Amino acid sequence: MKAQQLKIYSGSENEISAGTPELEPDAAPVPGSRWTHIHAPDARTTAVADARRQGRGRELKIFLSNPNALFGIVVLAIIAVAALLAPVLYPGDPLEMVARPFLWPGQNAAYPLGTDSMGRDVLAGILHGAWISLTVGIAATLLGLGVGVTVGALAGYFGGLVDDLLVKLIEIFQTIPSFVLLVVLVAIAQPTTTTVTTAIAIVSWPTVARLTRAEFRAIREKDYVLAARSLGFGHARIIFREILPNALPPLIVTSSVMVASAILMESALSFMGLGDPNRVSWGSMIGSGRDVIRTAWYLTALPGLAIVFTVLALNLIGDGLNDALNPRFSEER
Amino acid sequence: MARLLEVHNLSVGFGNAQPVKGVSFTATPGEMLAIVGESGSGKSLTALGLMGLLPRHAKTGGEIHFDGRDLLKLPEKELRGIRGRDIAMIFQEPMTSLNPVMTIGDQIVEVLRIHEKLNHKQARLRAIELLDLVSIPDAAKRVDDYPHQLSGGMRQRVMIAIAVACSPRLLIADEATTALDVTIQAQVLQLLDRLRSQLNMAVILITHDLGLVAQWADRVVVMYAGRKIEQGLPDVLFETPYHPYTQGLLAASPRLKADYHYRDGPLTEIPGSIVSAAAELGCAFRPRCPVARSACGSSVPALVQLSAEREVACPYVPAIAEASYAASVRR
Repeated sequence: MKAQQLKIYSGSENEISAGTPELEPDAAPVPGSRWTHIHAPDARTTAVADARRQGRGRELKIFLSNPNALFGIVVLAIIAVAALLAPVLYPGDPLEMVARPFLWPGQNAAYPLGTDSMGRDVLAGILHGAWISLTVGIAATLLGLGVGVTVGALAGYFGGLVDDLLVKLIEIFQTIPSFVLLVVLVAIAQPTTTTVTTAIAIVSWPTVARLTRAEFRAIREKDYVLAARSLGFGHARIIFREILPNALPPLIVTSSVMVASAILMESALSFMGLGDPNRVSWGSMIGSGRDVIRTAWYLTALPGLAIVFTVLALNLIGDGLNDALNPRFSEER
Repeated sequence: MARLLEVHNLSVGFGNAQPVKGVSFTATPGEMLAIVGESGSGKSLTALGLMGLLPRHAKTGGEIHFDGRDLLKLPEKELRGIRGRDIAMIFQEPMTSLNPVMTIGDQIVEVLRIHEKLNHKQARLRAIELLDLVSIPDAAKRVDDYPHQLSGGMRQRVMIAIAVACSPRLLIADEATTALDVTIQAQVLQLLDRLRSQLNMAVILITHDLGLVAQWADRVVVMYAGRKIEQGLPDVLFETPYHPYTQGLLAASPRLKADYHYRDGPLTEIPGSIVSAAAELGCAFRPRCPVARSACGSSVPALVQLSAEREVACPYVPAIAEASYAASVRR
């Protein structure tokens, strides 16, 4: 091969034979020159086959070997399947009155989790509520991430006046108590799933923006960004190809926790009666069960458990992602 | 030969400080020009200034003529077309100069696609050729490796492959081998030397390693505190250094002697340290200079051209004193 013919040193007899392919570690020492039987490992001859091809799989492996994260994934998968199956198992409107009120769980096999004060099926409500919670949580997070990453990236990358203006904007949002802002936004607009989602995104993007800005400010100074500039890369290319992929790990971790908090916010809104009145949601189920909590506590406990498990699952996933993606916690990087 | 790069009186300032105070030098195609000096002498800022990569608040002055165009007057967009295609740079730290989340192949492909307008497939084939050119074994397989799978020496070769991807006419190697151990250093310089002759590029080697300069450079510029203080061909310059600072530098570098080991006696040093880049009246080397006189504090010594390649900025160097005496006698 051409590569190996390149000589390192010229001249002396006992030159370091780093580049020769015919390394024979056990060859008899040449008289007159010491150390010929010892060879420094050289980049060009050392086999690295066993260390290769594990770049991308490694994070996944760390993530899946974490029992908490695995538990979170399983729970979230069950909830997602339940949400998807809801229209199949309970095709009708879950707000319809189907049986006599206050059936306790297990009392009637047709309604395994009983019925509420109006005679509505609790299981149907929880399954349909899972759909609302997950879609609102995920959509609000995606929207918040989109706005937050854009604002944070522009502020962190360009700095200067752009940074000053965008940071002021972020600060305006951060000084308003987020739940109060959320309630005001939903109260002004009609409470539909879309407006609730948008309102949650509006109160949650500043966190992402600040995180993205901090990451961009740090990564902007890295040598490989300077190297990219020295190669004539434009701003957009540097932002999207060089900096953003390196800023992703903390953003991914944050987004899983953001989904959890969006679900909590949606539930809280519904609990206060500010959710979409035509859609059943875990929060609204708790809200309507609140009046009869002494006599029929299961009406608040069951949707409450659904919220607890979903949020717990998302937080466990966030922790697992953090362990897998954060270089400070994984010893290999 | 026609000059590829002509730098006239380049200066870089940050606020009140002026770390580079008017540096002039030239480079011709196929030449390896070394810029030497200790840390803080303004070498790296000069290099970044050439590329137009200084931070926005830096004030640059002077002229940089590259191929007939003044780089300091070009708009950012045109400069971007020159960076990477006509002028490329290799940085000091191979461990951090590659994007950790992209394969080395993709990083080479990206440069080729920007500047050479190749499609992905052609660019990939060219990337493999380039890795082969910089002596990476098994290039076709290695092209899909991530930077963390390579050693420092190999990463620096990848950096060189990226830098020479578009056959630049000027390559700036800013301490390109400082972070590498000596055997790898020799390999990398040999590679640079080979590419220089193959691609007929001018190479600016920025370093503080005089051994490298003696072995590889065609011409040497010595910088001190933001100024060029001496220039010459390496053989001549190392044989008879004129400027007291160059003399001190050479005296301070350990050398091999048959019956003397550098641990046998105290190391030679230049007393003091490089003065801060802030305003210093007169010669910046005066506080450390063994032959300083009171006149050194009043004005900055001018560079005097002694021959085609030789320039020195110290009026008390005997050769200059003789030259100026001869000139005055003739008058």
